Amino acid sequence: MSAAPLLEVADLSRHFPVRNAFGRRVGWLRAVDGVSLTVTAGETLGLVGESGCGKSTLGKTVMGIYAPTGGDIRFAGREIGRLPKRERRAVAKDLQYVYQDPGASLDPRWKVVHSLHEPLKIHTALSRAERDREVRAILAAVGLPDAHLDLYPHELSGGQQRRVGLARILTLRPRLVILDEPTSGLDVSVQASVLKLFRNLQQTFALTYVFISHDLSVVRAMCARIAVMYLGKIVELGPTAAVFEAPRHPYTQSLLAAVPLIGARRISQDFRLEGEPPNPRDIPSGCRFRTRCPLVQARCAAEEPSLRLVDGREVACHFA
Amino acid sequence: MAELLAVRGLRVDYATDQGPAQVLDAINLDVGRGEVVGLVGESGCGKTTLARAILGVLPEGAARIRAGEVRFKSVDLLKEDPAVVNDRVRGRAITFIPQDPFTSFSPVFPVGTQIMDLMKWKSPRVPRGRGPAPLVGRYPRARWRDDREAVLEILRAVQIPDPARALRRLPHEFSGGQRQRLMIAMALLPQPDLIIADEPTTALDVTIQAQILRLLRALVKERGVSVLFTTHDLGTAHEICDRVVVMYAGQEMEAAPTDAFFGRPAHPYTRRLLASVPSPGGEIRDIPGEVPSLVSPPPGCRFHPRCDYASVECRDARPQLRTLATGHDVRCHHPVDAPAEVER
Repeated sequence: MSAAPLLEVADLSRHFPVRNAFGRRVGWLRAVDGVSLTVTAGETLGLVGESGCGKSTLGKTVMGIYAPTGGDIRFAGREIGRLPKRERRAVAKDLQYVYQDPGASLDPRWKVVHSLHEPLKIHTALSRAERDREVRAILAAVGLPDAHLDLYPHELSGGQQRRVGLARILTLRPRLVILDEPTSGLDVSVQASVLKLFRNLQQTFALTYVFISHDLSVVRAMCARIAVMYLGKIVELGPTAAVFEAPRHPYTQSLLAAVPLIGARRISQDFRLEGEPPNPRDIPSGCRFRTRCPLVQARCAAEEPSLRLVDGREVACHFA
Repeated sequence: MAELLAVRGLRVDYATDQGPAQVLDAINLDVGRGEVVGLVGESGCGKTTLARAILGVLPEGAARIRAGEVRFKSVDLLKEDPAVVNDRVRGRAITFIPQDPFTSFSPVFPVGTQIMDLMKWKSPRVPRGRGPAPLVGRYPRARWRDDREAVLEILRAVQIPDPARALRRLPHEFSGGQRQRLMIAMALLPQPDLIIADEPTTALDVTIQAQILRLLRALVKERGVSVLFTTHDLGTAHEICDRVVVMYAGQEMEAAPTDAFFGRPAHPYTRRLLASVPSPGGEIRDIPGEVPSLVSPPPGCRFHPRCDYASVECRDARPQLRTLATGHDVRCHHPVDAPAEVER
């Protein structure tokens, strides 16, 4: 990758205080703990891991919803993690966050046209006619007719609401869009049309995506590179094809082995991972995965492995 | 395989503001003894309604059974005395594993209390044949001790560490995966013939899901219990089921042994559904159109407006069941005879 990265995250962490019943801090929940990654303009980076691994916190910290505890976030070459509020708001236009159901964030008392104009009113100095032209263009891009502008959200189907929600995000022509579990809870056929839409929009608007998901087959289809997270750290980061074909970190291997595949062998026959992820308030010493790892050795408890380049991808394991 | 459950021509309507929604349209379903049957379909296809109709827990007032029978061990549960169904079938011969392990326990009682409460009425050691159980009553001490022994044994079988201590803990002290293990234990305790599992792993992470699926399949196979497993995740269905039935908009479309279902699906809907799973190569194919309204569903085969093979007869009449191979039935005028187009 020769192009300058659009987003550069270095040693980013976000810790949350854990308080007891009296409001006294009794510890830290290290939701994101020293994550470094880059996203190149135009690519889709997948961020996968199980619930509680910190993937959403990472997305929200980059987005500015949480202030980072430490580390740097550089967007288009500029440090944005510690900007004063006013300057940070100017950046917000270029960065958008898509929640699980973008349709649910529409105001039920507003017509679609009102919802779509609002971001432009806040962030741009366009005239009414210019805004109108922009809104119609975006609506067409998400595949909805102009007639829908005069409808209220409840008059639309769930799929159409979702499209309007996406249109609203796109009105500001963002450069980086963080998609947080955009297809979880959807049926496969609906999921397929949503994924297609994301792809078309990426081409039309030259978007860069960070695709957060726990669904590995979706990530595999959508992303060129993936980062696998476990308890606040990236354990493996590299090209999707390489990671899926020959995962090097034992956690990635278990995660891939756990996905039920159609037409393949039954996973229950050779799935070996026991136990559940430890409480993130009480992270194991050394390697965080060692309590469940089939390859664990004494060294894993003593020394935390850092990411190193192995076989075309970065892996944080002593024995990869 | 010997018949355990046979649903025939079941029609269920739900009252809505726009009129009655035909949620189940003459559904047929078979579950053999010891068989794990997957009921797959997208949201709103009626799989949960079917599961509830079998259990006899459709919401009263809203749902109306218009026709059909639910034969369980050769007895039509819809015509049987409700008191007898309540006493001997529901929670005993047929048990249930819910989707959400987080809300299925009361948060204020230890899990032991809640499990023993179930055993008081539904333990296999409750004397049968005396009509409906009274709502209040003593729990004989000797039976309590036997039941508790059985509970501890089953908790060991579902791999709950230190069962005796676990019974004294409150639900929030367990993780989601462990709570689902407890639910499986509770479904097995009455020694049922059939377990209805309604999307039991949807709320879990993949590595935990894999553990639970492996455990559930091993336990039911060991005990010869049949399972009706509803899911919208085709991978999960492939993982755990012996046979798969696919539903669309209240009609069953195809039923086949798992290998045939995924390898040689004959119904155009099944084929499109399988093809919409994202392939490793990155190709994404959706099904054009949207799921129809059940208040005014399309006539004939309800999939015909979205179907590539649709003809006039598809609109005129619902296809009869065609048997393509042993256990492989399809309801389609134009079944496809070709391997699945799923990229592996």
